[in-house]
Amino acid sequence: MSTKIKMNISCPMPKFDFDVITMGHGSGGLLTHKFLQSGVFDILKNDLLDQQHDGAIFELTGKTAFSTDSYVISPIFFPGGNIGDLAINGTVNDIAMCGAEAKYMSLGFIIEEGFTMKEFWEVLVSIKNAADKANVKIVTGDTKVVEKGKGDKIFINTSGIGMVHPKANIHHNNIEEGDVIIVSGNIANHGIAIMSIREGLDFETAIESDTVNLNHTVLRLINTFGNDIKFLRDPTRGGVASVLNEIAELTQLSFYLEQSLIPLNDAVEGACEMLGLDPLYVANEGLFLAVVKKEIAQSFLTSLKADENGTHAAIIGEVTHTNPGKVIMKSRVGGKRIVTYLTGEQLPRIC
Amino acid sequence: MKFLTEYRDPEMVVQYVKEIKAITTKPWTLMEICGGQTHSLVKNGILDMLPKLITMVHGPGCPVCVTSVSVIDEAIYLAEQPHVILCSFGDMLRVPGSKKSLLEAKAEGADIRILYSPLEAVQLAKSNPDKQVVFFAVGFETTAPANALSVVHAASLGLNNYSILASHVLVPPAMEAILGDDENTINAFLAAGHVCTIMGIDEYYPIAEKYKCPIVVTGFEPVDLLQGILMAVQQLERGEYKVENQYARSVQREGNKMAKETIQKVFTVSDRVWRGIGNIPESGYEVNEKYKNFNARVKFKINIPLAEENKECISGAIMKGLKKPKECPNFGIQCKPEHPLGAPMVSSEGACAAYYHYASADEVVLE
Repeated sequence: MSTKIKMNISCPMPKFDFDVITMGHGSGGLLTHKFLQSGVFDILKNDLLDQQHDGAIFELTGKTAFSTDSYVISPIFFPGGNIGDLAINGTVNDIAMCGAEAKYMSLGFIIEEGFTMKEFWEVLVSIKNAADKANVKIVTGDTKVVEKGKGDKIFINTSGIGMVHPKANIHHNNIEEGDVIIVSGNIANHGIAIMSIREGLDFETAIESDTVNLNHTVLRLINTFGNDIKFLRDPTRGGVASVLNEIAELTQLSFYLEQSLIPLNDAVEGACEMLGLDPLYVANEGLFLAVVKKEIAQSFLTSLKADENGTHAAIIGEVTHTNPGKVIMKSRVGGKRIVTYLTGEQLPRIC
Repeated sequence: MKFLTEYRDPEMVVQYVKEIKAITTKPWTLMEICGGQTHSLVKNGILDMLPKLITMVHGPGCPVCVTSVSVIDEAIYLAEQPHVILCSFGDMLRVPGSKKSLLEAKAEGADIRILYSPLEAVQLAKSNPDKQVVFFAVGFETTAPANALSVVHAASLGLNNYSILASHVLVPPAMEAILGDDENTINAFLAAGHVCTIMGIDEYYPIAEKYKCPIVVTGFEPVDLLQGILMAVQQLERGEYKVENQYARSVQREGNKMAKETIQKVFTVSDRVWRGIGNIPESGYEVNEKYKNFNARVKFKINIPLAEENKECISGAIMKGLKKPKECPNFGIQCKPEHPLGAPMVSSEGACAAYYHYASADEVVLE
């Protein structure tokens, strides 16, 4: 995936008369004004934001999807991305999972006093690039600064809104026995990338986060396959296992997986072995699960695999009636077990 | 992944299962010692593949599970002292003490860090001279060398702000405690491959002899476990009780000499209270007299009253192999990973958690 968004040379950092962000920059006064005017508005420029009103005023017609998410990741810079593109892609993808294309977004920063302008600028450039790539406009925003120690560098909240594709009908109620479960790529990359940098673990092969916007990919699929796509979900926190458990519980159907079919990058598998983590519970970012009608499963997969965000896509299982409300997995060696919810945080084990 | 995939080969698994079925004529109860083995059996669905005549019971080999409530209380006490950074392996954090867990203490503001190696804790002590860094040294013989090495390393750096809270437990005394129990039903053991990688296998010969019990040192992958089970059943069917080594790619008879020397340098054998089982004489390691300045118990003069365990928890019977997790009336009802009554439900390697998370194997109805 060629989604690494690095500092873009077309967006050089403007000259600020301050190097670090202080309480004053969130006061609403002159410093806030200077801070916003010095770059934020410029870089995110669009007709709605430029009005600099208390909120954005626009028209939407038809069925609409609306979603919000907060981003508190540590470290804020990680292999494959940073908190900025994550904050855009995450919300864009949540909207995409509703069968909709995010059109407008809000952007809220909570910045810890002492955060450097250099790092802030880098985050902002990533936000801009991710928003451009996803074709979404940031139309309203907010900046608050909290005292040193009351935050962790920077927290971001984004909300997104957009119209649902006319052919989309994404709802767990549509799922039936015989439907096929498809994952759009290798699982667990994001979580392991974050953990490897957080814990200072070096692996022979660099593991990168898969953060990317999925809206174009998903909308193309919906356009082709319409309501034969029954359900979509991005398995972020809690991983693939948690999402499948949620829908198994909601539908009271059984979700049957084959471990040997689940795509997993070698380096990630190795890292999971070493750390004692189950990749099924590890977080993903630019990944989605789809439950589709059996008849279209193969052509859906072919179509997805041809997309830059679906190269490693695979059919991983099917919906059955054998164990209502449960996720069952056939292990590589042929045994079967129930895959349950994750309890709390996955903690690395002793030995 | 080389050295792993070949031990997860489905065809070899089928072959071993066939061989085990072919030779088993009587009911046998086997105990795998290590929690890692329990999880592999359950996670891979191997328990369902074995002939009905073979019962696997799950041993006490989860260090998190057997760490006593009082020791958890000690760790929490230390973590709550001003200027102390308590470092721990991740899965100790959720284990309930008598009042709270380390995770709850952390949420209340205690400085608790999850580390992967005790040597990182030494580094932390070096870079924080104004703090006292304590490493919660939990584990079987497997983690003892690295924990001992951290003390040696800190001493060589001349650090006076590093210490460990040792709660090491030893496998052979626990095996004897299980075999010596009046209600014991175990016919053979799968000994823990990683423990033997460090300690070697000499300690097991007298046990096999005394209790007439086959002991097969076994690895952790599906093929390892099935081969270990096959070797144990072969012995049982022939009426033998030998010590055998299935995990020869890692375990040598004499163990790891350098690791053993490091253990001896820093630790002394001591009595240890096992959660759910009680006191087992000479079943643990404590920091020795020479390195007492690195013993957190001495340094902080800890005096925590002995805590009582939850009486509703039958973890003792489970870890001795007398009961299966599902025979506990509280399993999955009162006792769940999010509110455990006892440690086997907390740790990722505990038998109850294994059954709760992965298995319910007998509930799986397919085809």
